[in-house]
Amino acid sequence: MSELKTETMTLNMGPQHPSTHGVFRLQLKVDGETIKEAIPVMGYLHRGSEKLAERFLYSQFIPYTDRLDYLNAMTNNYVYCAAIEDLLEWEVPERAEYLRVITMELNRIASHLVWWGTYLLDIGAMSPFLYAFRDRETILDRLNEISGARMTFNYHRIGGVKWDSPDGWIEKVQETVKELYENIQEFNVLVTGNEVFRARTIGVGRLSKEQVINWGLSGPIARGSGIAIDVRKTEPYSIYDRFDFEIPTEQEGDVFARYKVRIAEMFQSLRIIEQACEQIPEGDIITKKGKRLMMIKPPAGEVYRRAEASKGEIGVYAISNGKNKPYRIKLRRPSFVNVSILQHLLVGESIQNLVAIFGSLDVVLGEVDA
Amino acid sequence: MDYLIMVIYAVTVMGVLLGGVTFAILAERKVIGAIQLRPGPNRHGPWGLFQTIADVMKLLMKEDVIPAKADKPIFVLAPVLAFAPAFSVMAVLVYSSSIGGADINIGVIYFLGVSSITMLGVLMGGWSSNNKYALLGSIRGVAQMVSYELPLILSIIGIIILVGSLNITDIVNYQAEMGMWFIVPQFLAFVVYMISSIAELNRSPFDLPEAESELVAGFFTEYSGFRFAFFMLAEYTYAIAIAALATTLFLGGWLGPAFLPGIVWFLLKVCAVMFIWFWLTATLPRARVDQLMNFGWKVLIPLALLNIVVTAVIKVWMG
Amino acid sequence: MSQELLDLIVEKIHTLQGEEVIEEAKLNFEKPMIILGSDHWNLATAKLLHDEESLQFDFLSCVTGVDYEEHMEVIYNLYSTKLDHYLYLKVKTPREEPVIMSADQVWKAADYMERETYDLLGIDFPGHWRLKRILLEDDWEGHPLRKDYITDKKALGLD
Repeated sequence: MSELKTETMTLNMGPQHPSTHGVFRLQLKVDGETIKEAIPVMGYLHRGSEKLAERFLYSQFIPYTDRLDYLNAMTNNYVYCAAIEDLLEWEVPERAEYLRVITMELNRIASHLVWWGTYLLDIGAMSPFLYAFRDRETILDRLNEISGARMTFNYHRIGGVKWDSPDGWIEKVQETVKELYENIQEFNVLVTGNEVFRARTIGVGRLSKEQVINWGLSGPIARGSGIAIDVRKTEPYSIYDRFDFEIPTEQEGDVFARYKVRIAEMFQSLRIIEQACEQIPEGDIITKKGKRLMMIKPPAGEVYRRAEASKGEIGVYAISNGKNKPYRIKLRRPSFVNVSILQHLLVGESIQNLVAIFGSLDVVLGEVDA
Repeated sequence: MDYLIMVIYAVTVMGVLLGGVTFAILAERKVIGAIQLRPGPNRHGPWGLFQTIADVMKLLMKEDVIPAKADKPIFVLAPVLAFAPAFSVMAVLVYSSSIGGADINIGVIYFLGVSSITMLGVLMGGWSSNNKYALLGSIRGVAQMVSYELPLILSIIGIIILVGSLNITDIVNYQAEMGMWFIVPQFLAFVVYMISSIAELNRSPFDLPEAESELVAGFFTEYSGFRFAFFMLAEYTYAIAIAALATTLFLGGWLGPAFLPGIVWFLLKVCAVMFIWFWLTATLPRARVDQLMNFGWKVLIPLALLNIVVTAVIKVWMG
Repeated sequence: MSQELLDLIVEKIHTLQGEEVIEEAKLNFEKPMIILGSDHWNLATAKLLHDEESLQFDFLSCVTGVDYEEHMEVIYNLYSTKLDHYLYLKVKTPREEPVIMSADQVWKAADYMERETYDLLGIDFPGHWRLKRILLEDDWEGHPLRKDYITDKKALGLD
């Protein structure tokens, strides 16, 4: 019997497509439903953040970091502020550090919840999305109460944070944490054991340890392949060394492993928030110098600062030439690096696996395109 | 006179069916809404009762868009061809001991034969749209519907062996004589039937032909306005027809305690079957093509065949 | 510890390429930093950093391109997941014809980050497997992150 003759066709998946989570395009060469070649095309959301940074005062760039990974804006705020603080060699007040940690971890959970909901939407289950958004909403309420915004917080400042927590906020957060423990456990029970879900995810999109390290992948993707890199542990920033938490890892490296890592991470974040809420001291929330925004003038120098965002390792390379505007701000966006594996990972997969794999990378296009 | 009654019957069924589809869609949205912690449609009329009517009005008033590169005659014909067989099968359904369509002796065969034409609508719609997503969707759709047609039919054969007739009224009467519905002796067949009917109807978790997260909207990506409405109508009509067949074959049709008329029992059972589908839609993720095919060919068909063998052996044993 | 690591790296590179290849070696915020000229940045050096038993910089964290009006620089931030240490590696190149060997051959993480640097700063990376614009359109003129880039607001529709 002779081989069946087939024809490949080019399928442009995106920039408008329900599963590309924004404006991302994949040029696919498909043979039936099998992908022969995948070329990611990006930049539709490019706003030139790095160029803009050179035009603004140091403090004026903070709101722009919100718009990188808009689901996890607190960590973006933090890493930028921390880089400038390094250059200035400032100490940040205790209370501010605690508020930073609490807001960052709350935001991490919110981000993972969005991922959880949208990922299951990609897989084809609609209900989890609404369950996840119910809980995300309570988190956003807490963050709204402290920062005045739901997503683009602009809350961290160079040398501290903008607002002190309102009366009773810490107690509210503690209640929210209790609720979240139960609800996230409920999600786990509802979805993780589902036969169809497991059939869709186990063994799909495998990444080896070597691949992960060589491609510079970080965050839950790396930890899903058994590599315990988490900047919070390997190079503790802020006050993370004071808390007792673990880095969840899974060995399989498939889509399901990444899923399990993210679920486990939410529980670890809850643990950190619990501890932080108990330990938080009274005191200043910003250094005296930090309040004079116009006067922030780091000495000439350069520093690379990293932090663990929900997507992976976020970094800021800040270069100052002693003036009141940055000479160069380079943003290492985890999604941008993580998405680079896609062109290799997708070859030979079907379109359905494409959706499962792409979703598992948890890419936010605001961050990819900067 | 006979022809007049026929026409009146057909028009009545059509009218009732349109109403049924309207409220089936509403019911689906309400059920899924309740499962998803939200109220569902509640703006139009009391309890959102007129929501679907408003939706249909919107669809009908939309501009009729046919893509420039589409194969026009086929594109136009596809929704009609999807709907016609789904409605035609209603001709043999029997709703109660006194209300029913044609009482022909090959009722079940007619139903299965005509209903398999619906896949032509899917194929034509996907092919003629000249859209890659639509094409992929229709390929998936046809592969899936052909594969799952087999276990669907095979699961029914057990009942036909027991009854010894293809007439729908006979099947219900046999259940009345036996004193129990076929769901009890033919439980395996019922499970196979329910699973393959979901795939046959392209409903979640087997909604691969219209998987919105992968193929945008699958085979009807390019359809809008009243043609889109037609596809939706076909889908729900077919769902009601399949649920009605399940009711007749497995759930004793119009049989039930006498305090309610037979037709009410019939409709209640149809609603119960449809509720199960809505429930599954809200709770399960989508299966993958290869897994779906494996499941159909390697699990459902052998199970259906096993059921036939066991049923035949028992039938011979019992005389 | 950082000082020892710095000395070790300098020594290893010197044994590989001879003395005085490293323009400067210092500690930057307590982490080792070495500065190389682009003609001394080659595959052997990259492989040395990646493979050498006592270095094992297997994780490329960040690639930053900078335009210092008189010259250009690319900074590689390296990390070792096995030995848990960091390195700032600076490669200098003349501004007229900025060319730096691509690290893509050793660390695949450089793939997109070097493309971005090429896109926004116009630094050429020979050895890169698919060097083309990534964020901007393919027919974009100029490289926006260069200090002499003039933002044409009219053409962008901003004015």
